[in-house]
Amino acid sequence: MASPKRIKKIKFGLLSPKEIRKMGVTKIITADTYDDDGYPIEMGLMDPRLGVIDPGLRCRTCGGRPGECPGHFCRIELVAPVVHVGFAKLVRKILRSTCRKCGRLLLEEPIKKNYLDQIKLLTKLGQPCDDLVKNVFRDATKVNLCPYCEEAQMDIKFEQPTSYVEGGHKLMPADIRDRFERIPDEDIKIFGMDPKNARPEWMILRVLPVPPVTTRPSITLESGQRSEDDLTHKLVDIIRINQRFQENREAGAPQLIIEDLWELLQYHVTTFLDNEVSGVPPARHRSGRPLKSLSQRLKGKEGRFRGSLSGKRVNFSARTVISPDPNLSISEIGVPLQIATELTIPMNITSRNLEECREYVRRGPNNHPGASYVKRLDGRRVKVIDENREELAELLEPGWKVDRQLQDGDLVLFNRQPSLHRMSIMAHEVKVMPYKTFRINPAVCPPYNADFDGDEMNLHVPQTEEARAEAKILMKVEENILSPRFGGPIIGGIHDHISGMFLLTRGNVTFDKDTALELLKKSEIMDLSEPAGYENGKPYWTGKQIFSQLLPSGLNLTYRSKMCDNCKICKREECEKDAYVVIKDGNLLCGTVDEVAIGAFAGKILDRIIKEYGAVEAGKFLDNATRLAIRMITRIGFSFGIDDEDIPSDAQEQIHDIIMAAEERVKRLIEAYEAGELDSLPGRTIDETVEMKIMQELGKARNQAGDIAGHHLGMDNSAVVMAISGARGSMLNLTQMAACVGQQSVRGERIQRGYADRTLPHFYKGDLGADAHGFVKSSYKKGLSPIEFFFHAMGGREGLVDTAVRTSQSGYLQRRLINALQDLEIKYDGTVRETRGQIVQFVYGDDGVDPSKSDYGKSVNVSRIIQNVTGEEVMGGKSG
Amino acid sequence: MKEFSVLNHDMVPEHILLTEDEIKKLLAKYRISKGHLPKIKTSDPVCKEINAKAGDVLKVVRDSMTAGKALSYRLVIEG
Repeated sequence: MASPKRIKKIKFGLLSPKEIRKMGVTKIITADTYDDDGYPIEMGLMDPRLGVIDPGLRCRTCGGRPGECPGHFCRIELVAPVVHVGFAKLVRKILRSTCRKCGRLLLEEPIKKNYLDQIKLLTKLGQPCDDLVKNVFRDATKVNLCPYCEEAQMDIKFEQPTSYVEGGHKLMPADIRDRFERIPDEDIKIFGMDPKNARPEWMILRVLPVPPVTTRPSITLESGQRSEDDLTHKLVDIIRINQRFQENREAGAPQLIIEDLWELLQYHVTTFLDNEVSGVPPARHRSGRPLKSLSQRLKGKEGRFRGSLSGKRVNFSARTVISPDPNLSISEIGVPLQIATELTIPMNITSRNLEECREYVRRGPNNHPGASYVKRLDGRRVKVIDENREELAELLEPGWKVDRQLQDGDLVLFNRQPSLHRMSIMAHEVKVMPYKTFRINPAVCPPYNADFDGDEMNLHVPQTEEARAEAKILMKVEENILSPRFGGPIIGGIHDHISGMFLLTRGNVTFDKDTALELLKKSEIMDLSEPAGYENGKPYWTGKQIFSQLLPSGLNLTYRSKMCDNCKICKREECEKDAYVVIKDGNLLCGTVDEVAIGAFAGKILDRIIKEYGAVEAGKFLDNATRLAIRMITRIGFSFGIDDEDIPSDAQEQIHDIIMAAEERVKRLIEAYEAGELDSLPGRTIDETVEMKIMQELGKARNQAGDIAGHHLGMDNSAVVMAISGARGSMLNLTQMAACVGQQSVRGERIQRGYADRTLPHFYKGDLGADAHGFVKSSYKKGLSPIEFFFHAMGGREGLVDTAVRTSQSGYLQRRLINALQDLEIKYDGTVRETRGQIVQFVYGDDGVDPSKSDYGKSVNVSRIIQNVTGEEVMGGKSG
Repeated sequence: MKEFSVLNHDMVPEHILLTEDEIKKLLAKYRISKGHLPKIKTSDPVCKEINAKAGDVLKVVRDSMTAGKALSYRLVIEG
């Protein structure tokens, strides 16, 4: 083994022909690879001195076996020089800025010196001098007369990809090379190049380095036939043309043929280096598949850098579509049986689990809780197959290892890309299930930002005890209910959970014993409280009581729910909307449970439970609450259809009148504006003022229409229930569906774009009216007129474009932030330091508080402490 | 134009020069050498105002959203 060495520095430059000849172990002269016996031909493309790929052989140059020998370069001596495509643009620039006769840079001595000084300064400071060099080329290209030899310069045309025409005459690579050789070292420095490491003439190839066979291994097909690498094929082409070129030249062939062959050689060398140059037809395999050139191996997403070197691949992982299962616990994950039989966990056999392991092995690899491999004491791995499973099971003894299949209760990591925060990877407990999708509780969708419209997620199986312990302590779903972003719960009830809870706890819904027990059946609740009362001799319970069964005893909490209108004088317990929530000793006394109570991103009850009773208790509460809510909502039956948007005809007339009145007022505003009677608002022009007033007027009209619609759609309407409870949608959505869609906007203004002085040819020029600038009178239910539809599409398009732009921008911003902050660490003394120990912050976040352990960002919640100690409720503001 | 001291500006936090003794205590508290402190250049307007030399350490008292007042220390460097 070679000892590791420290890299001191890396130097970039061009390979000079001298260097290529020195590093090449031989010259390649034949295009053939193997002889009839299958032996590589000397001085052929598979010369044994180039390294070894066949097992059992040794390298003729270094004596290494395959895997040890890195391979050795050789070379092809080109009969005529060709341009290296990678430098074609630079060659053009240099040609244009140097003299065609004396080869000097076309700039006066003092200007040159000035540039050279600046470049030297920048390199000393370790800064790039690209911009400066760009100016050098720009200035030098403009010069038409050489300031040294007074030779008139001709215009040089560049024809993609590698030919240069000077004044109608084609420049051959040999001519270019001659010119470049004349450029003095001093001038090369001004191009930002180091003449010792990169002379411009080296960009014209005379010797082609041939990569070692290890770079282009040939594969032996099943038929025994050898199949060569794309690069080898390309090299064969180059050698063939090279030979033909030489023969023709020696035979004194006409100039036309020579030039043709030269071009062909150029083509082959070009496509060897880069087969995706524009203007060059890609070189193809016999089957019509384009050949993979050197540059294609390196660049792009699947290239050597991004794909092979920075790319990471793992074993013990699985990926499939996700779907919801509300009966699972939030910390569980349903894993398809097929995946569970494929993924394994290594188990060390001890005297205590010997029998268990035997059973796994006995079951074999195809019978679910089985085993796929055993590892013997000597370290040999034996595959468990149906033929040997019985014997193998008997052979097991302590010290062996068994790769056991995944089974219920195993801890696995679950991930959804993009992994933007730490909740994007959480540890779940396996629950093996039939069918082919991963199943998760919908309550864990918010942290993953997942939905079930076809999302796929990844699963990873930790393989060591340490990894599992770490996952269990740090990554379990329960440990991540509180977000470190804002110190509140990020996992919580969503959609139906909230609607269900809302319907259960609002007002005084009562249930008889059977129903109450049925609702609580799926939740782990064993007993019911005293009934709220008796009706016809039968006991009944309220929804609030049933919900209270889930709450831990001793929980005290008072807050205002989402419905709260912030009345001037709060009636507290007597609130007629039931929006004042009081929980005493784990009993919901009044108020309605909604998004603010158990929802993701809000969840006050959840938040309080996790902070006072711990993560595990909170997880249980969430499981129970979501199950209860789902039972409730399925019991009631909750649906929404087109007729839920119906409003009575007199309400429709009212809405119509409101909109007509608003249009009338807009008309009067416009008349006043045109008559010049309108006073402008402070800081605005008259035009802006009239726009603002019109917008205000129409906005008011839409709100009024919405109020009327809302008035007629009561709590028996499921969309209203969802909007008020915070489960989904808003009253605005409902207004748009039932009453009036309202003003469409582009860039925050009414729609102004279109034809000269008007949005569409249907209007008069200069029309400022509501309908001419995108006010949609209709509701979605009624349907939009063609003009309204068009304006609506304009506004809708803007929204789509905005989201597309925003996601890409914020993604890049996030990446930059992560790259800048990833190595910072909070040390035990509370300071934030980077890897060298440099202090970045003296106290983390100035106050040293972990947001996920704080109370919505505040370190102490005083009112909560007082309440817990004195038992008296103290209420801060709505947020308190 | 009348000259103003940057220190009087509302947005400029309080900068205090530390004595040798205080510096020693500070470095002992965090178990660091001077080089581990955040830096401030002598060309910084505040440094010019309070006449801080390279090698001095400044205490910066900032208003903080989370903690009310936050302390920070800076090593003055040439520049």
